[in-house]
Amino acid sequence: MNNEQKNSYKSGPDENGRFGIFGGRFVAETLMPLILDLEKAYNKAKEDIDFLEELNELNAKYAGRPSPLYYAERLTEHLGGAKIYFKRDELNHTGSHKINNCLGQILLARRMGKKRIIAETGAGQHGVAVATVAARFGLPCVIYMGATDIERQKPNLFRMKLLGAEVIPVTSGTGTLKDAMNEALRDWVTNVDDTFYIIGTVAGPHPYPSMVRDFQSVIGTEAKQQILDEEGRLPDYLMACIGGGSNAMGLFYPFLDDVNVEMIGVEAGGKGLQTEEHCASLSAGKPGVLHGNRTYLLQNSDGQITEGHSISAGLDYPGIGPEHAWLNDIGRVQYVAITDQEALDAFKMCTKLEGIIPALEPSHAIAHLIKIAPKMSRDKLIIVNLCGRGDKDIFAIAEHLNMAI
Amino acid sequence: MIKTRIDKCFNNLKAKNKKGLVTFITAGDPNYDTSLEVLKGLPSAGASMIEIGMPFTDPMADGPAIQASSLRALKSGQNMTKTLNLVKEFRKTNQQTPIILMGYYNPVYAYGNDQFLEDAFRVGVDGLIIVDLPPEEDDELCLKAIRKGISFIRLATPTTDNKRLESVLKNTSGFLYYVSIAGITGAATPNIDNVRDVIKRIKNKTNLPIGVGFGVKTKQNVEDMAKIADAVIVGSALVSLMNNDNKDDISIVKDVLDKVIELAEGL
Repeated sequence: MNNEQKNSYKSGPDENGRFGIFGGRFVAETLMPLILDLEKAYNKAKEDIDFLEELNELNAKYAGRPSPLYYAERLTEHLGGAKIYFKRDELNHTGSHKINNCLGQILLARRMGKKRIIAETGAGQHGVAVATVAARFGLPCVIYMGATDIERQKPNLFRMKLLGAEVIPVTSGTGTLKDAMNEALRDWVTNVDDTFYIIGTVAGPHPYPSMVRDFQSVIGTEAKQQILDEEGRLPDYLMACIGGGSNAMGLFYPFLDDVNVEMIGVEAGGKGLQTEEHCASLSAGKPGVLHGNRTYLLQNSDGQITEGHSISAGLDYPGIGPEHAWLNDIGRVQYVAITDQEALDAFKMCTKLEGIIPALEPSHAIAHLIKIAPKMSRDKLIIVNLCGRGDKDIFAIAEHLNMAI
Repeated sequence: MIKTRIDKCFNNLKAKNKKGLVTFITAGDPNYDTSLEVLKGLPSAGASMIEIGMPFTDPMADGPAIQASSLRALKSGQNMTKTLNLVKEFRKTNQQTPIILMGYYNPVYAYGNDQFLEDAFRVGVDGLIIVDLPPEEDDELCLKAIRKGISFIRLATPTTDNKRLESVLKNTSGFLYYVSIAGITGAATPNIDNVRDVIKRIKNKTNLPIGVGFGVKTKQNVEDMAKIADAVIVGSALVSLMNNDNKDDISIVKDVLDKVIELAEGL
């Protein structure tokens, strides 16, 4: 390691997939050769001009990148403090940032000669993005989705089916995202020869956390250039919601070494951190090992994983990407929690003031923005990642607002 | 190096030209007392060694039967302290039968690695199988366990090629657990010819005894596997008898031990 890398926040993970003590390769032996193969294939692909060009082309022509950086003028005026920009990743094809990662991984799957795609999904945004790229590349695909999540994300379930995916409801455990991930891992361990597992967030065994981060970094790379073009300087704050943490990692990563840019990750505080019904792994969990990596987890004193709760199915995961765990411990990124109610209020405000219906996930980031932007002077710049659109959430929101559709 | 109960057990079997039966149950399934009764009865029913599952909410490499057994145990209030206590109580009347704790890393990590090894050794645990600790993570627990005198039993699988086998064998002690199918516990019964070939290949690389598990359900399966390996491992077929939805605890103990007697006839 040379000096330049040593002094960088961007040099992780090490050769063992560690970010400090976090990350690693905690998987059953059956999967070890597979993740070693994947690592090798990914390391080669990311140096391959043809691979990168094809990805750029798909990002531009298929996903609709670059997504705009939008000055949220009325919200800025309303809050009366810092100048607010939205990174509009909700305008991507499929409606969220998830497509960025899926395009990268499906190209890799094709390079590796894999014939079958599997994935887990929580809110269904990742599932829809996987089903989309599987359709586009003509590969059969199986999506595992918790039975509980299926109930609250019916529109996405329908979209996945339309796209040709087989969606398998997961009833084991508690029927949410973590159980869907368990089930996808069980599938992978059983179908080792031909199957590629597209993990949707910056978690799982090495190389997934860094690979997904790299594919999502297009968000931050674009945002950096766009804010320089617009304002002639870097922003003071970046903000993004965190479930597993892929949209946040994608926005933050290209800015990590710009030490004057402060970063805030917003976790799902559910009904409040003082209750047990939240998904704030960093704010209220402790380090443990699950799904192939060491990270902060919601767990009891016996190391049993506890159930999270969030109004947003996409944030309803008891863990968080290992790089976030590390960035938290070294203090480079600040992590806070927002309650269901605060997120709903932010959702309403954004919709009414900006004419943008955000997903419940980024509504958490907007809620924190609403708290801190008014306290800042008008020359401060904030970029919030609007990582998904709210169409999928309208039924759930109607229920919360006691409105009939 | 001190001979562990596992080493002694395999030596005795070899001296008698016999093969071993390794039985798996989950600690606290369906409740503490019943699992203790089953445990006490296993050696005379024909178990040469006992694997005790440390329950975990998210057993990613296990099929429905063992997942369900883990959840039954947790629901009945099982935790790591009670699991270690189960071994302690078993050891009051049995000093010979090797006990291997099997499970996932997080409950061990939460208990504290050093404290866990200390307490496990003290109550009479002989070996560990931690499913999600591959050789790449040996610094976590494996090396410390071996220093403590607790065997660290590793799994080899159909995806383990010769090159990979070297790293799998490197810090493995006690025996090598060959997972006969790529898949989860309790799944299909493996093709015996394939397993025979792989075991031959592994035997060329190590003197460790080899146990075969995954997909072993019947006396015939045991008989087939015993011909090609040093020990046969049975789990799902036993824990599926421990579901207490429609059964009382006494019947559970009887059913499981009867099944072990039947399986042991295949040796």
